[in-house]
Amino acid sequence: MSIESTHSHEDHTHAADHDDHHDHKPSSLLDRWLFTTNHKDIGTLYLVFSLLMFFIGGSMAMVIRAELFMPGLQLVEPDFFNQMTTMHALIMVFGAVMPAWVGFANWMIPMMIGAPDMALPRMNNWSFWILPFAFAMLLSTLFMDSGGPAAGWTLYPPLSLQSGQNFAFVVFAVHMMGISSIMGSINVIATILNMRAPGMTLLKMPLFVWTWLITAFLLIAVMPVLAGAVTMLLTDHFFGTSFFNAAGGGDPVMFQHIFWFFGHPEVYIMILPAFGVVSEIIPTFARKPLFGYSAMVYATASIAFLSFIVWAHHMFTVGMPLTGELFFMYATMLIAVPTGVKVFNWVSTMWRGSMTFETPMLFAIGFVVLFTIGGLSGLMLAIAAVDLQYHDTYFVVAHFHYVLVPGAVFALMAGAYYWLPKWTGRMYSEKWGKIHFWLSAISVNILFFPQHYLGLAGMPRRIPDYSTQFADFNMISSVGGFIFGASQLIFVGVIVHCVYKSRQTATGRVWEGAKGLEWILSSPPPYHSFNTPPVIDSTTMAHADESH
Amino acid sequence: MNEGQAKRDQSHGKLVTRLVLLAIGMFGFGFAMWPLYNVFCDLTGLGGRGVKVIENATVPEKSDRQVKIRFDATVNSGLPWIFQAKEKSMVVSLGEMSEALYLAMNPNDQAMAGQAIYNVTPPEASLYFVKTECFCFTEQVLQGNESREMPVYYFIQPDLPENIKEITLSYTFYRDENFDPLALTAGSASSSD
Amino acid sequence: MKKQNTFIVVAAVTAAVIAAFWLLLAAPAFTGNEINMTRGVTSQSMINYQLHMIILWICVVIGIIVFSAMFISIVLHRKSKGHEAAQFTHSTKAEIIWTIIPVLILVAMAVPATTALVNMEVAPETDMTIKITGFQWRWKYQYMEDEIEFISSLHPDSNAARRLMSGTEPDTIENYLLEVDKPLVLPARTKIKFLITADDVIHSWWVPALGWKRDAVPGFINEAWTEIMEPGVYRGQCAELCGKDHGFMPIVLNVLPEDEYRAWARQQRQRMAHEEAEVDRLWSRAELMELGENVYAAQCATCHQADGRGLAPAFPALAGSKIANGPLNDNIALVLHGREGTAMQAWGTRLSETDIAAALTYMRNAFGNETGDVVQPQTIARIKNG
Repeated sequence: MSIESTHSHEDHTHAADHDDHHDHKPSSLLDRWLFTTNHKDIGTLYLVFSLLMFFIGGSMAMVIRAELFMPGLQLVEPDFFNQMTTMHALIMVFGAVMPAWVGFANWMIPMMIGAPDMALPRMNNWSFWILPFAFAMLLSTLFMDSGGPAAGWTLYPPLSLQSGQNFAFVVFAVHMMGISSIMGSINVIATILNMRAPGMTLLKMPLFVWTWLITAFLLIAVMPVLAGAVTMLLTDHFFGTSFFNAAGGGDPVMFQHIFWFFGHPEVYIMILPAFGVVSEIIPTFARKPLFGYSAMVYATASIAFLSFIVWAHHMFTVGMPLTGELFFMYATMLIAVPTGVKVFNWVSTMWRGSMTFETPMLFAIGFVVLFTIGGLSGLMLAIAAVDLQYHDTYFVVAHFHYVLVPGAVFALMAGAYYWLPKWTGRMYSEKWGKIHFWLSAISVNILFFPQHYLGLAGMPRRIPDYSTQFADFNMISSVGGFIFGASQLIFVGVIVHCVYKSRQTATGRVWEGAKGLEWILSSPPPYHSFNTPPVIDSTTMAHADESH
Repeated sequence: MNEGQAKRDQSHGKLVTRLVLLAIGMFGFGFAMWPLYNVFCDLTGLGGRGVKVIENATVPEKSDRQVKIRFDATVNSGLPWIFQAKEKSMVVSLGEMSEALYLAMNPNDQAMAGQAIYNVTPPEASLYFVKTECFCFTEQVLQGNESREMPVYYFIQPDLPENIKEITLSYTFYRDENFDPLALTAGSASSSD
Repeated sequence: MKKQNTFIVVAAVTAAVIAAFWLLLAAPAFTGNEINMTRGVTSQSMINYQLHMIILWICVVIGIIVFSAMFISIVLHRKSKGHEAAQFTHSTKAEIIWTIIPVLILVAMAVPATTALVNMEVAPETDMTIKITGFQWRWKYQYMEDEIEFISSLHPDSNAARRLMSGTEPDTIENYLLEVDKPLVLPARTKIKFLITADDVIHSWWVPALGWKRDAVPGFINEAWTEIMEPGVYRGQCAELCGKDHGFMPIVLNVLPEDEYRAWARQQRQRMAHEEAEVDRLWSRAELMELGENVYAAQCATCHQADGRGLAPAFPALAGSKIANGPLNDNIALVLHGREGTAMQAWGTRLSETDIAAALTYMRNAFGNETGDVVQPQTIARIKNG
C-alpha cells in the first residue's frame, strides 16, 4: 500500500524544512547544518558539496579543452596545464563522484531498509565536515608559489617528488579524504548490517543498498592502502627514505603497483553504486521487476573480487615478466563476464515492459548504452599486446571518460532526478530535465568519441599542445566539451527551481511503477525516516517475489 | 525499546571495531607491500632483480647451450663519473663461470662516493643469474682522479628457459648524497697517524 | 502522438551518430586525418593492428546486438503504445547462456592475444643494440656496437613556435612538435634490441609504427626489440607524463637501407673523431658565438627562454645574472655539474666540450651580458678531466 500524501507548500522555505512528526528539528542555521546528525541533512550537504566540486573540476576541464582547441599554446603555460589535468582528476574522483555517492547513501539507505537514521550519526557529521577542509587545502595549492600538484592524479614518483611545498598539502588532503571515506563506509556497513527492518533479509535489499555495501567494503580495503602509498611518498620527499628512490635501493615501479592496487578497486567504487541506481530506475519505468536480481548481486560481488587481482593492467608498459602480463590480461578479460551479465539483465528488464521515458529513465538508458561503449573499449585495452599501443593515449582518456561521465555521472544525474521529488516533495520541470538529458547525451559523445580516434592516431595523453594532424578532432572534442559544460548549468537550474519554485507537489509514490520502502514514506519524508519499522511484504518491495 | 537500543549500540560497537581494525590493517598492508614486493620480485624476477649473490656457489655442469650477455653501464647525471663495461657483450655457455669487468673513474679533483644498483632483462632471466661477488648496493668511494676496475663473477644456470636468447646485465651508478669527502680525508688522516 | 514521434526521431538520430562514429573507426582509412591505429612497419605493429581490428569488430557486433535489442524494446514496449508489462523476473536458461557465450568469445579472443604478446615480448637474437635514455625533456641515443652517441631534442623551429603566444602558426612549421634536431638513424631489415632507461623521472618511448611503447624507468633497464621492414621516417612522442615539457620531447626515426646506414655510421664516427680534434684547436669568438646560439636554442632555451629572461620562479634569468656575469670558473662548474635540487642539469656528461664552450661564450656575451669572455673547448676539457 502506498501512502499518497500531498503536502501544501505555502510555508515552504526550504526543501527539508518539513516537520510533520514530533522531531526536534534544530532551529538555527548553524545547528541545522554544522552540527547535524540527521542522515537527510548530511546527505544534502554531501550532494551540494559534490555539485560544487563538479563545477570546480569541470571548469578545470574547460581550461584543458580550451587550450587544446587549437594546436599551439594560446592560454596557459604547460606546467599550469599539468596542474589542471592533475587537479581536475583529483577533484572529480575524490570531490565530485565519491562524495555524491556517499550523499545518495546517506539519503536513501536508511529509507530503503526501513531504518530511522544512519547507525552512527555523529561520525556521519564528522565524515562530511572533514571534506571541505581537505579540498580547501588541496585547492589552496593552486595559489602557492610552486603551484598545484602537476604530476598527474596517479602521483607517480620520481616526478611527483619533484613538486615543491604543495606536496605536503596534497598528501595531507588525500589522507583526510581517505579518513572521510573510511568513516562513511563504516557507517554504511553498520547501517546495512544492523539497522534493517525486521523481515528485510539481505537478499530482499534493493540493489542500490547491495552495491553500496560492497562498495563500502572496497573503500575500507583500499583507501588505507592509498594513504600508505602517499605517506611513503611524503617520507621519500621530506624525510630522506628511499621507498621509491632507485638511488637508495627503492623502486619507482613499486609505487605503481601499490597505487593501482588501490586504483583499480577505486574505479569500481565509483561505478558500483551507479549499477545500483540504474537497477532501481529501469524497473520503475519499465513497470516490471528487475530481471535476475540474485544474478545482479553475485555479479556485483564478483566484479568487486576481480578488481583486486587486475591492477597491473594499468602497467603493461613498465616491463613485467611475460607470465605476469598474461595473468593480468586474462583476469581483466574475465571482468567482462559479470559486467556483461549486468548489461544483459538491464536490457531484459526493459524487454516486454511498459516503458515511459521520464528524465531519470532517459539518463539510465543513456548510462546503459554509453557505459557499455566504455566497457567494450575497456575490453580492447585488456589485450596486453595491443595495449602497448593504446596505453597513455587519448584512447585511454576516451575509455575512462565513457565509464565515468556518461557512466558514473549520468547515473548520479539519473538518481538525482529520480529521488528529487521524494527529497523535496515537489516535481522538477520534466521539460528542462529532458533538455538537460538530450544536450548532455549528444555533447558527451561529441566530446569523448573523437578522442578514440586521436588516441589511435597516436596522440599521447596529458600534453598541452599537439601536432597539427590532431587539430580537427581536438576542435570537435572541445566544442562538445563546451556544450556539455554549459548544459550542466541547466541541471542546477532544474534543482533550484524544484526546491524553491516548483508548484507541482509530489505524491509519496512519485512514480507509477516505483517499488521499495522509500516510496511508502511521504514526499518529503519525515525528519527521521522510520521511527517504527515498516512491515515488509512482497507488494511494497521490488524484489520480494524473487525467493525461489 | 531501550534494551533494543543498547543491544544495537553493542553490535555497532563490535562491528565498528572490526571495520576500524580492517582499515588499520590495510594501512599496514600498504607498507607491508614494500617487503612483500621484494619477496615477490625475488620469486618471479619482477623488476629484474631476482639475481642470487652466493659466495662460493657451486658451479653447475657446463652446458652446450650458449647465450649472449650484454653489459650495460649507466651513470646518473648527478654523479660526474665515467663508468663503462670493458666488454660490451660476451657469449657464454650456460653453467660456465665468467667474469665481466666494469671500469669506474672519478675525473674530479675531490673524492666522491657512488652506489650502484643493477637489474637484468628480460626480468625472468634474473632468476637464473648467479653472481658470486658484486659491487652493487655498497658504497664505492673513488678518490680524485682515481679509476678502479670492478669485476663481476657470475654464471647462468643451465635450466634457463629456451626462449631467452639474450640477457642484459645493467648497472646504474648514483651519487651517494650523504658522503662527505672532508670527513673521509680527516678520517683517513687520523687512521694513518 | 507527436511527442512520441519526436522522441523516437531524436533517439534514432543520437543512435545513428554514435553508430556512425563506430563505423568510421571500422572503415580502413579516413581522408585527411588518420583515425585508426597504424599498421606500422614491423611484424609486431602489424599483428597488433590485426588484433585491434578483430577485437574492435567483435565489440562492434556485441554493441549492435545489445543496442538493437534495447532499441526494439524502446520502440515496441512503451506504455504510450498500450504495451502491458510482462512480469517475468528471471530465466535461468537465458542467464546461463549469456554467461557462457561471453566466456567462449573471451577464450576465442585470448588465443590471438596470447600469441601476439609472446611475439612481442620474447626477443629473437638481435644484431645491434641501441640504448635509449630519457631526460627531462630530450632523448639520448647510444649505439652500443658503433660507439656513436648523441642527444635528440625538439627541433628549434617547433621549439620557438610552441611558446605561449609565440605568434607563429603551428601549420607553418613542418611536422610541428614531431621534428627533432637529430633523428635516430636505424638500418631497415635488421633485428635491433633497445635498452631503455631514464635519468630523472619515468618517460615512455613510443613510435606507433613500431607497434609498442616501453617505459623508461630511472635506475632500471627495460628492453624491447624491433625489425623495421620499410625504410622511411617514423615519428613518435614520449608517452608518460614527465613534467612541464612532456609534450615536447618527440622521437624521430630515420630508417635507411642497410648499406646507407653503414655509410652514415662511418660518417658519424669520423665526425666524432673530428670533434675530438676540434676540441684541441683554438676557436674564434665569431665561431663560438654562432655555434653557441644554436646550442643555446636547442638545449638551454627550454628553461632559460630564448631571450635569456628565464621563467620565474623555477628557471632563473641569464640576462644580467650574477653567474653569467661573474667569475668564469664558477659558471663553468655550474654548467658541467648542474645544481642539485633544481632543474639545472649536469651538462658535462651530455654535451661535447665544444658545445659547452660555445654555449658559455654565447650566454656570457648575449642578452646584454658583456663579459667579453671567449671560452675555448680545451679549457672545458681541461676542467672536466681534472
